[in-house]
Amino acid sequence: MTNAQNDVLVLGDIEFSSRLFTGTGKFASRDLITPMLEASGSQMITVALRRVDSSEKGDNILNYIPKTVTLLPNTSGARTAQEAVRIARIAREAGCGNFIKIEVITDMQYLLPDNHETLLATEILAKEGFVVLPYMMPDITVTKQLYNAGAAAVMPLGSPIGTNRGLEMKPMIKMIIETSKIPVVVDAGIGRPSQAAEAMEMGADAVLVNTAIATAADPVLAGKAFSYAVKAGRMAYLSSLAETKMQASASSPLTGFLRD
Amino acid sequence: MSFMDVVKQFESFDFNSYFKSVSAADVLHSLNRDLLSPYDLLNLLSEPALQFLEQMAQKSQKITRQYFGRTIGMYAPLYISDYCSNHCTYCGFNCASDAKRLKLTIDQIKAEAQVISDMGIRHILVLTGEAPEKTPMSYLIEAVEVLKTCFSSIGIEMFPMDEEDYRQLKDAGVDSLTVYQETYDQQIYKQVHLKGKKMDYQYRLLTPERGARAGFRSVNIGPLFGLGEPGSEAFMAGLHAKYLEQTFPDVEISLSLPRMTKAAGGIAPRHTLSDRRFVQFILAWRLFMPRLGITVSTRESARFRDKLLHLGVTRYSAGSKTDVGGYALKDAEATAQFEVTDTRTVDEVTQMIRENGFQPVFKDWEIF
Repeated sequence: MTNAQNDVLVLGDIEFSSRLFTGTGKFASRDLITPMLEASGSQMITVALRRVDSSEKGDNILNYIPKTVTLLPNTSGARTAQEAVRIARIAREAGCGNFIKIEVITDMQYLLPDNHETLLATEILAKEGFVVLPYMMPDITVTKQLYNAGAAAVMPLGSPIGTNRGLEMKPMIKMIIETSKIPVVVDAGIGRPSQAAEAMEMGADAVLVNTAIATAADPVLAGKAFSYAVKAGRMAYLSSLAETKMQASASSPLTGFLRD
Repeated sequence: MSFMDVVKQFESFDFNSYFKSVSAADVLHSLNRDLLSPYDLLNLLSEPALQFLEQMAQKSQKITRQYFGRTIGMYAPLYISDYCSNHCTYCGFNCASDAKRLKLTIDQIKAEAQVISDMGIRHILVLTGEAPEKTPMSYLIEAVEVLKTCFSSIGIEMFPMDEEDYRQLKDAGVDSLTVYQETYDQQIYKQVHLKGKKMDYQYRLLTPERGARAGFRSVNIGPLFGLGEPGSEAFMAGLHAKYLEQTFPDVEISLSLPRMTKAAGGIAPRHTLSDRRFVQFILAWRLFMPRLGITVSTRESARFRDKLLHLGVTRYSAGSKTDVGGYALKDAEATAQFEVTDTRTVDEVTQMIRENGFQPVFKDWEIF
């Protein structure tokens, strides 16, 4: 029997028991972030460094994130690898920790990530000791290259960011899940808990959901719904793994005679 | 290829006849499409589209929430010099006006910046008239250096410059450019710009392109409503924004809808833009360009801005002073470029935004 109790995802040197990552953007009020985190149980939240105001008078978004939740600063606004690298270094200096989500976008119309620049930034930042989570177009070759470059995980998009269209890239993501040597976090486009469950059932190691939660009429309740969906999807994945193993270890009706 | 080619394509287009020919069915067809063509934009800008305003608003709100969430970016303008060598008949800063002129010293800029920053503003828009001999590059760069210590985004709305000059300002820390074409109608443009470098229609028209090429990450354009026929102006501005979005995919494009208010020493508007049409333009632009930024300044009244919040706008100025030295220099007797109608403080506007279920976003950039 699979022990879902000890099922944790390790990134960097941190163990995550929740496989739902969340974001800080688009909320009607920052006051919703803390209760959303509590309700969803999310242990990692991404925040755009460009929105972190650490000046004395500024309303620092980091104050809304409990210390127990790991910060995943992102490089939103970067258009080149060099810009992403600079933002990552600023984030670390600003006390945002060692994690970095690389987001290099050169197309504002569709907001799609630039895999080439993302790979370049990953190489540099991984060498500098960052726990690098690159946001990417689902591509198997790039996944391998990102792994070789030292990425801690890959974050392929389910569909264009903010669209709530779900797993439009499902076949590609499935291939990545089957072949990737590092965890796969489906990021962007997940609009409904059922889509999050689908990604997890498929074997994704985690999902990142922001828009769907932040723009729901009740973001706290939406966070909770996603948390159940992610758990259910994960359990379904683990349970079918168990089933597969049972079949594989059963006696072989066709070749069993060879043991005799 | 530049946007001038697009302008030429529409030079002889009979907007009046087209707008008159639009049927309710045309409007509905355009309203229900996901990807809108220029003709769809025309349909949505036509008078008959006014009867579908609520449906347009519902769709605009949905798209805006999807892409921008329930947030509004905040900024304030900072006028550092009102010397100007242009004669624009509609502007209070025009060179024929005998209004007293002011140019802030770097220390005065520092003082103004401090006051604005104390109000909570993190994104600043720096404005000057067109008088490069009064405000040379060295002065502008020095100003940017000072402003960098107080703000996390610096936009400029100055006079059109060459790409190389923009590159210098970008390297100094400026990240966004605002330039209004005023009117896309070349005849009217000629009639209202009587003197100065601004008389060159094409140089101004291609300014956003030069800025984008120089590396600004955001470019804000718009017509000044009150000069040309509003429907065709809104159309050309929409096409301009779309052209920039497609030509410079890594630049954020936004549109503004400044409406003429009576400036001291300026002419009265030739065409007035009603509130209904104003809203219609916002909605039509949003449906045409889902990711477009839409900026509304304090030219608009408090009551009106409170309602616009739900319709597709993405950026508000607040606490604005539109005269040089207006924030900190108590004795300044400067002329305001336009009259501020929403005179609420930043805190009051912020509170209104929150009460409406939106998050005011003060910092959305990092100078790096």
